[in-house]
Amino acid sequence: MSAIAAILLVLATAMLAAGLAYRVALWLAAPVPLSIPTMPAPLTRGGAAMRVGREMLLFHSLFRADKPLWVASMAFHLGLALVLLRHLRYVVAVPPAWLVAIQPVGRLAGWMMMAGLLFLLARRFLVPRVRMVTRTGDVAVLVLLLAIGTSGLVTTYLLHTDILAVKAFLTSIWRAAPEGLPPDPTFLLHLLLAILLLAIVPFSKLLHAPGLVFSPTRNQPDGSRRYRRPARWARTLAGGGQ
Amino acid sequence: MSAFEPPPLADEVELAAPPALVPGAMAHSRPYVAAPAHNQALGFPAERVPDWERRAVEKLGELLERSRALRVFLDSCVKCGACADKCHFFIGTGDPNNMPVARQDLLRSLYRRHFTVAGRLLGRHVGARDMDEALLQEWYTYFHQCTQCRRCSVFCPFGIDTAEISMAAREIMDAIGLGQKYSNEIIGKVHKIGNNLGLPEPALANTLEGLEEDVLEQSGAAVKFPLDVHGADVLLVTPSADFFAEPHVDGLIGYAKVFHQAGISWTLSSHASEAANFALFIGSYEQMHKIAQRIRQAAVELGVKRIVFGECGHAWRVAYAFLNTLAGPWDFLDPAYPVPQHIVEVTHELIRRRGIVLDRDANAGKTVTFHDSCNVARASRMGDAPGGQFVLPREVIKAAVPSFVDMHRDTTHDRTFCCGGGGGLLTDDLLELRIKGARPRMQALKEVVEQQGVTHMAAICAICKTQFAKVLPAYGFPMEMVVSLHQLVGQAIRLG
Ligand code: SF4
Ligand code: SF4
Repeated sequence: MSAIAAILLVLATAMLAAGLAYRVALWLAAPVPLSIPTMPAPLTRGGAAMRVGREMLLFHSLFRADKPLWVASMAFHLGLALVLLRHLRYVVAVPPAWLVAIQPVGRLAGWMMMAGLLFLLARRFLVPRVRMVTRTGDVAVLVLLLAIGTSGLVTTYLLHTDILAVKAFLTSIWRAAPEGLPPDPTFLLHLLLAILLLAIVPFSKLLHAPGLVFSPTRNQPDGSRRYRRPARWARTLAGGGQ
Repeated sequence: MSAFEPPPLADEVELAAPPALVPGAMAHSRPYVAAPAHNQALGFPAERVPDWERRAVEKLGELLERSRALRVFLDSCVKCGACADKCHFFIGTGDPNNMPVARQDLLRSLYRRHFTVAGRLLGRHVGARDMDEALLQEWYTYFHQCTQCRRCSVFCPFGIDTAEISMAAREIMDAIGLGQKYSNEIIGKVHKIGNNLGLPEPALANTLEGLEEDVLEQSGAAVKFPLDVHGADVLLVTPSADFFAEPHVDGLIGYAKVFHQAGISWTLSSHASEAANFALFIGSYEQMHKIAQRIRQAAVELGVKRIVFGECGHAWRVAYAFLNTLAGPWDFLDPAYPVPQHIVEVTHELIRRRGIVLDRDANAGKTVTFHDSCNVARASRMGDAPGGQFVLPREVIKAAVPSFVDMHRDTTHDRTFCCGGGGGLLTDDLLELRIKGARPRMQALKEVVEQQGVTHMAAICAICKTQFAKVLPAYGFPMEMVVSLHQLVGQAIRLG
């Protein structure tokens, strides 16, 4: 049992890493032959990096687009980030003081994340515009996240899992001798679904996270009158200035 | 399409709620297909190639290798719908395929089917589709209902730009022999003659002479409209509409008066007698590059020191953002000036250092508002600071007229609405679509007309001006309301 779970976890992590690396390699292999930042854009590389940062941390464009969606999306993503941070204590041997301190916040974040997800799911059915562009896959990802969240909250509040055993199991993977997986069904479900989530990231819309970093409309600085950027494939064109 | 009557506008912008969905509402709106000769002139297959389904997929594969943006955009959409109600064509028609995300999905479905694991395994559950006649017809219909205005990309949390997607789709359609008549015919004319109108050198010279006489008569000053003058300081590249149509030509007179009063020597070129570059609309880098070369050739040939662009939105996008890459480097020009410059930058600087003097009283009685052209607002800049494309035109207008009013903030600056005629859609076979697409702008205009007494709307784009002259009457406004920005400037310059 421990061995199977460990193998799945390692496999999923490998798929995540390899899949993402492959995807990013594909993106990087293609040039950006022209300057296409959405204007107004910062004039420097540093400024453009700040712009991407603002999008990543504050969802700036989404804020301008749709306030309720921004709130729900923030609740979910921020909640998820805090929950993941809280999960660190299952892998580090001696949790540092800050990690201990944020545990209550992390539990609250779990609820925040669930509330956000429920809103996102409801929207998919209640807003006609959104329902129109929703496919099975869009709902499936939300349901998967909700299931992971629910099973997680259940183990936290109702059917407590032996945290120390979980920790022992996870650290045992490092030694390539997995052991001691707690046999609680809820926890096992939680773990299995999380493994599934990791594995599908590179093949699903969850790619939006790295996508933002590589999006030329957001990460390009505005400097086209100063810099030329002929792509390699364009240099063969006849005429001046290549 | 004869007269299409749009339903009445609301009184205030805020009252215009997102429309109810009307599936298929614009399924009938398609531009004329290019004739074989139009396609061949650009090196595209004359007619639908036999194995077009396979060729379309292959072309998509090529484009994916040429453009990171396309790849990232096709991979990153989460179907959040933040963009859905931001498109003027969706607001004006209610057709769900005019939601930017749905428009993207028309191309994304083919991408998912052939280039992603999920699409190959799960098919339509993740929105994957095969290329077939039905999909191609949807492409032709709805990728010609996008003016590539980039408004959706402002609001998308990942900056996904539907303009890039519809350019790619049009490029694929050209590659299989399904071109759009309007754009391809015009690009052919530029390659052959040098401008969109197909106006040869003698006719152009004639027109400019006529303008010199007109201005002399009106102002008593011998304002020149030089053509092909070697050794002039400035090469002015302007949309060919400026040579003829109203209100464009009043803008051209305005530029001439600015140069005249400031004592700047300038010239037009009969070889590069067009600022517009419609190759942008069909997504073709090669065609865009070819058209841009004419400007380089003219600059070299005439030995000018600076290049200045007249009022045209997409032309300024190509000029500001692409020209350096397409036809640079410009090391043979005067390094004291950015290359290229916008005429508004020139005029703004001249006003600032009193190189020209404007008299607001010459425009007495006018209350003017300004339509930010989509390509200028979201794809270019003017001046030294980000956002100069919003500030400079407004400052120039304020220096030229007694009263200026801005429209609703959700419809200006980078949130401006497209006029509804950009992106290669400024053709009479799409008139119903154009009228419907203009609705959000007309809505905002109505508000300032009724509440603040606006009499004129200034524009800095040939397409906007033509489009507004056509659609203003449909919404009960006089067509003379739309004016060239440099028409106001020209009027405020007192000569003689
Ligand atoms: S806003 Fe961006 S991510 Fe959201 S649906 Fe539109 S294109 Fe997709
Ligand atoms: S680019 Fe403009 S016209 Fe095209 S989908 Fe986006 S908002 Fe609509």
